[in-house]
Amino acid sequence: MRSLMQQPFRTAVLVLVWGWLLFLVLAPNLLVVGASVMTRDPASFISLPVTLDAYRQLLNPLYLDVFLHSLYMAAMTTLVCLLIGYPFAWSLSKVAKRHQVLLIFLLIVPFWTNSLVRTYALKLILATNGLLNNALLSMGLIDEPMQLLYTEGAVVIGLVYLLLPFMILPLYSVFDDLREDYLRASHDLGAGRFSTFIHVIVPLTLPGVLAGIMLVLLPAMGLFFVPDILGGSRNLLVGNVIKNQFLDARNWPFGAAASIMLTLAMAFLMFAHRLSKRRIGEEGV
Amino acid sequence: MSRFVQRPDEACAGLSEKTDSPLFDWVGFWKNRPLFLWAGPMKQTLLFLSNLTKEFDGKKVLDSLNLEILDGEFITLLGPSGCGKTTLLRMMAGFEHPDEGTIALGSRDLTHTPPEHRPLNTVFQHYALFPHMSVFDNVAYGLKMEKRPKEEIRQRVEEALAMVQLEDFSRRKPHQLSGGQQQRVAIARAVVKRPKVLLLDEPLSALDYKLRRTMQVELKRLQRELGITFVFVTHDQEEALSMSDRVVVLKDGLIQQLGTPREVYERPANLFTARFVGETNFFPGRVEQAHEEDTIIVDVFGLKRTFRKPDFPVTVGQSLHVLLRPEDIRVLAPGDDEGVAGKVVERNYKGSTLDSVIHLEDGTEVLASEFFDEDDPTFDYRLGEPVKVSWVDGWEWLLPTEPETPSEEAGTDA
Repeated sequence: MRSLMQQPFRTAVLVLVWGWLLFLVLAPNLLVVGASVMTRDPASFISLPVTLDAYRQLLNPLYLDVFLHSLYMAAMTTLVCLLIGYPFAWSLSKVAKRHQVLLIFLLIVPFWTNSLVRTYALKLILATNGLLNNALLSMGLIDEPMQLLYTEGAVVIGLVYLLLPFMILPLYSVFDDLREDYLRASHDLGAGRFSTFIHVIVPLTLPGVLAGIMLVLLPAMGLFFVPDILGGSRNLLVGNVIKNQFLDARNWPFGAAASIMLTLAMAFLMFAHRLSKRRIGEEGV
Repeated sequence: MSRFVQRPDEACAGLSEKTDSPLFDWVGFWKNRPLFLWAGPMKQTLLFLSNLTKEFDGKKVLDSLNLEILDGEFITLLGPSGCGKTTLLRMMAGFEHPDEGTIALGSRDLTHTPPEHRPLNTVFQHYALFPHMSVFDNVAYGLKMEKRPKEEIRQRVEEALAMVQLEDFSRRKPHQLSGGQQQRVAIARAVVKRPKVLLLDEPLSALDYKLRRTMQVELKRLQRELGITFVFVTHDQEEALSMSDRVVVLKDGLIQQLGTPREVYERPANLFTARFVGETNFFPGRVEQAHEEDTIIVDVFGLKRTFRKPDFPVTVGQSLHVLLRPEDIRVLAPGDDEGVAGKVVERNYKGSTLDSVIHLEDGTEVLASEFFDEDDPTFDYRLGEPVKVSWVDGWEWLLPTEPETPSEEAGTDA
């Protein structure tokens, strides 16, 4: 206690950090966990008795469908991000160092614009009379406008557009660390390009892949405003379900249960990521 | 500087690989004597490097370099950083491609062969062990790429690990090993492929002094046992001298000298080699008399000394460098008839030797390194004490004066 008084600055910082974590992270999450095991109540949102009804409701085929569809769209988003991000990050790490800074800066610039605004901009491009259709029509590539908006594809495009940098940045970091000597050693020992890719490059960049998946897959299930703007009524995300349960259906226990499922999925991915890093000896022994 | 009577077996010490007689190293004896081709087994050239030229950003790293590497020898590429030694090694491995010139293994042209198809393997400076694989998998990698049967792979990997005394570590990950152990794994991983040539890129530079000495002995042992040609890159001249059959001294992409460690140390081809390999005293000399058949008389610090005639042409009045290694110098009492007067300015006790710095009257600094002689009462001089400096005739080495290289001066003028 005395030492705490003797170092006022240190004490202030500790109180701030712990206070923040306790009141703004731990407490709200405990409230969500609490809410998820309560009974729905139209008057006061939640009430006793304690029940697992909300979790049982998650297994309802109707919601299961929404979950699976949401997971599918999020997985597609992640896959597309990975397919674009992996070669992108690889080539980025090969560019001269002074150009890398500029390219990463350009990657981050869009964050300065609100993502909601950017999603509306995407709507203008994808609309039936939008930029893309008009351009294709005037070039004579199509005869009539395509239905792009309010499709699954539109949601995936929107999510990829917003989340791609989150895939590229962790991948760039692992490619940047990938020493040229490992690739040389692999070739030296008789491996061609393909074998080197499979046996050396992929395992060594796996932590970055998992970090990227972590940063894309879960937000992709939660960014409810993207389907709201681009997806129409059929292409819902888990985020939409949670938002609807809290704001429209007033079923807090169910919304909380769905939210906890997302958190658990996140925890699982973080665990896998840690494991993959430990495998190559970057963390702990 | 040839202090000892040059015995051929000693001159080529370390070359012994397959000797006809255990008492005398015939292979080593005849190796650098192509005139006597008829005698004994000659080592054949394994790797031909012809006319290799490489430029990076307009700077010549290698300049029409020619080198023949013999089968089974331990050859060291020695030079300061930027001399082209690493580039040359990478070219042999196939990581760099020459702008001009060819690389051939026996009769097979390798110039455009990718590294994975060359029967040469590399031990990297920082080992480059795959961090996600166990020691076993690292060593097995090259054999897996050859698609060898599982049982053969297991057996050969175990053999290779036994050779570097790491049998019990096969399940560890590289980060669980010490630097020296990682080094051994890197060697096992390269030799398990039974390469024709093993390329070693400053493999000992990351180890501490004691471990480095141990690994030097270890590497020599491996090379003898395996009979593989070793091409070793280093900037450490001591390492180069103690390990190699032949040393290639490189500077600015040009070979300065190619010879046995003894030749390089005792008969340096030029001032660069003399300065780079070991410590040297350069005394200014002027030719006084050159009409004798095989001796000349040279004026050094006013002393008239008779030297063996060097292999470069000399004329009376010509100035030249008289090179003497610190251990060739004799420090004598000030009353001695012989020698040049000076005074001791520094004494360093080195355990087996006593090293001193002596300033001559004209300001020349002389390094001397003497073995202890407890019977010699005059041996220990105090700082500032006047002494005389001499050497035994015949231990000197003569080099012509060279025009100073303009490159260093030009840089500061511009």
